[in-house]
Amino acid sequence: MDLNTLWFVLIAVLFTGFFVLEGFDYGVGILLPFVAKTDAERRRVVNTIGPVWDGNEVWLLTAGGAIFAAFPHWYATLFSGFYLALFLILAALIVRGVAFEFRSKDKSPTWRATWDWMIFVGSLLPALLFGIALANLLKGTPIDASKNFVGGFFDLLSPYTLIAGLASLSLFVTHGAIFLNLKSAEPIRSRSTAAIKKIGPAATVLLLLFVVGTYVWTDVYARLGLNPGLVPLLALGTLLTAGYLIHRESMGWAFVMTTLAIVFSVATLFMALFPRVMVSSLDPSWSLTIYNASSTPYTLKIMSIVAGIFVPIVLVYQAWTYWVFRHRITAESKLEY
Amino acid sequence: MDALTLARWQFGITTVYHFFFVPLTLGLVWVVAGLQTAYYFTGDEIWKRLTKFWGKLFLINFAMGVVTGIVQEFQFGMNWSEYSRFVGDVFGAPLAIEALLAFFLESTFLGLWIFGWDKLPKKAHLAAIWLVAIGSNISAYWILVANSFMQQPMGYAIRNGRAEMESFWALISNPHVFVQFPHVITAAMATGAFFMLGISAWHLARAKDEETREAFRRSFRIGAAYGLVATVAVSVVGHTQAQYMTRVQPMKMAAAEALWETADPAPMSLFTWGHEPERRDLFAVKVPGLLSFLAHNRFSGEVKGIKNLQAEYEAAFGPGDYVPPVMWTYWNFRVMVGAGMLMLLLAAWALWGSLRASFERSRWLLALLVPAITLPYIANSAGWIFTEIGRAPWIVFGVMTIDKGVSPGVGAGEVLTTLVGFTLLYAALMAADLYLLLKFAKAGIHPPALDAADAPELGVAGAVRA
Repeated sequence: MDLNTLWFVLIAVLFTGFFVLEGFDYGVGILLPFVAKTDAERRRVVNTIGPVWDGNEVWLLTAGGAIFAAFPHWYATLFSGFYLALFLILAALIVRGVAFEFRSKDKSPTWRATWDWMIFVGSLLPALLFGIALANLLKGTPIDASKNFVGGFFDLLSPYTLIAGLASLSLFVTHGAIFLNLKSAEPIRSRSTAAIKKIGPAATVLLLLFVVGTYVWTDVYARLGLNPGLVPLLALGTLLTAGYLIHRESMGWAFVMTTLAIVFSVATLFMALFPRVMVSSLDPSWSLTIYNASSTPYTLKIMSIVAGIFVPIVLVYQAWTYWVFRHRITAESKLEY
Repeated sequence: MDALTLARWQFGITTVYHFFFVPLTLGLVWVVAGLQTAYYFTGDEIWKRLTKFWGKLFLINFAMGVVTGIVQEFQFGMNWSEYSRFVGDVFGAPLAIEALLAFFLESTFLGLWIFGWDKLPKKAHLAAIWLVAIGSNISAYWILVANSFMQQPMGYAIRNGRAEMESFWALISNPHVFVQFPHVITAAMATGAFFMLGISAWHLARAKDEETREAFRRSFRIGAAYGLVATVAVSVVGHTQAQYMTRVQPMKMAAAEALWETADPAPMSLFTWGHEPERRDLFAVKVPGLLSFLAHNRFSGEVKGIKNLQAEYEAAFGPGDYVPPVMWTYWNFRVMVGAGMLMLLLAAWALWGSLRASFERSRWLLALLVPAITLPYIANSAGWIFTEIGRAPWIVFGVMTIDKGVSPGVGAGEVLTTLVGFTLLYAALMAADLYLLLKFAKAGIHPPALDAADAPELGVAGAVRA
């Protein structure tokens, strides 16, 4: 495997980590208005992700930095091209991050309700937009011969990309509801179970539509043939298994399954993309690939060494954080947010 | 306005705004860690209350720094895509490493610190805040490695139509970063110190109960010592940096002094109002020889002037205007240095005062220190505006000009949309941030409980009945 491929895989891994981790805390943010009725309940919901959401978000910052360092043209085309969509994501992440820290620092019900709205919108928008953005990488966007995006915001919206956005949104909400179920006590617990049973089936249908849509709207059939291999089937299979486990009230394993469903979904997308990173809808030869968009072998080598040393260290201390905060948040828990 | 001008305004506004929060994070985190260490070793409840008090203010500020930092990382791609393509091979690496080494460390351990008071062993909980301090300060190093590449590019070669990294070591050991990083870090410490001094002074001028007085007496003394060390250090380092910049970016320093013509010995301007298009003074007060002294440590020696440097650069880089906006550079430099001098005097006065028992009755000192909280903010902002505008017209000094870096596919309307969007959003958040900082700063070491607002339905019903 050459270094370009290694960095493509590493960026896929960073996005996967981001979607698995921040996926559930987006889900919790979106569920906040629906599973909590009183302020005390809302505080408990926010506190389930309190110690970890910021660390989860760094997966995105690292993925962004890694794209810049390893594939500068990808970084330049993607962020200047998906300009207004990225602005919406940034605005959402800004208000959401501040909202977690600020919401409980004043007693006024208006103050708290305002920030709770920010948490909701700030979680909903990225959960939807990240699906849309990733699907656009694969579906293809107007990119010219000099690697510049020449479309506008509305070029990003199509039935296929909207299905992808709704699929990521519903998958994150399901994932978040299971997380909440594992981390909370009654009455939030049974409300999150009810949410899972509403959103879970929708997520399964949308993910199926997304897989079918990928055959209809992208060049994946021409590239891979009718049999897409094991990975997309595993994405659907794990989600269906999650449904079965939820029915059996085995939430811990269901969470493992939604985690795997996200892993396999992102893997499917990146496999279909490889070795391209952004498809051009104007001319396939203008697509950005891991070779024409990349940094030099020297930079990739340096970055590989840095990642090889520090990624394992990060994984260890983040895992430890989850271990420290493994207990349920109950009415008796001491709350910080 | 065209997309280029709007993109420059956007970078200026979002960066200066981001840097309102960063220095307090960098400077105050050491204090919080120190206070908690004092609590760990003495078990004295006042140290714990102080840790929580300054820690709360630290967290309110930290959140703003984090979220505005996200914009910084993506803005290069959004508005400056040609720049990103040209320098990405060199410039992307420090940003990625910053996220991997520093952002993960500070965010993960801050989560552990906030939520871990009762869940972690005391020693591990103390280690968490120290790791946050180290993480946030490491992040400053890496982002300044990136900025230093723009100021004094090192470790690269121009190949295949772009800047390609030749030596990672040369990039990260750029001499520029070793003058810039200490300047930023000590300025951040001064910011933390004046924040502490101002709030402590406010309480000492008002508080009646002895526990509060004792807590803020201690804070005041720590702030005064920290402030004096930091302001002396920032001045010494800043002076070294200025001498260094006279060698590597002489045009920036000539503009900072509004020195139109090369001179030996060179006078230092105390006040200049200049005519920029004609590159001459309209009114100026100067001290003979002083600029030579500042540049060379002796009262003679050549300091290059703007016009001469312009001619040199035209010979080296071809025709063009290589002069930054002189009055912007000149006045921001003076505001930075002036605010720094005032801070130095105030910190010395505060420390001298705090050694005597009577300082708590020194109305003047206590009253002056409250508005003095703004001084480091003024100096920090002016310093960055000076150093970034003074680099103009270069985005990477001597390698690429600013106009070549902007995104070709992003229209003025789009940049204007995000510029207005970010500015309005940032203004609203600033209001909320200041409201909370004031509220908790005034509340002192006995903050109000916040769980009382449970069940808002009841609260509203109660209010209606009342």
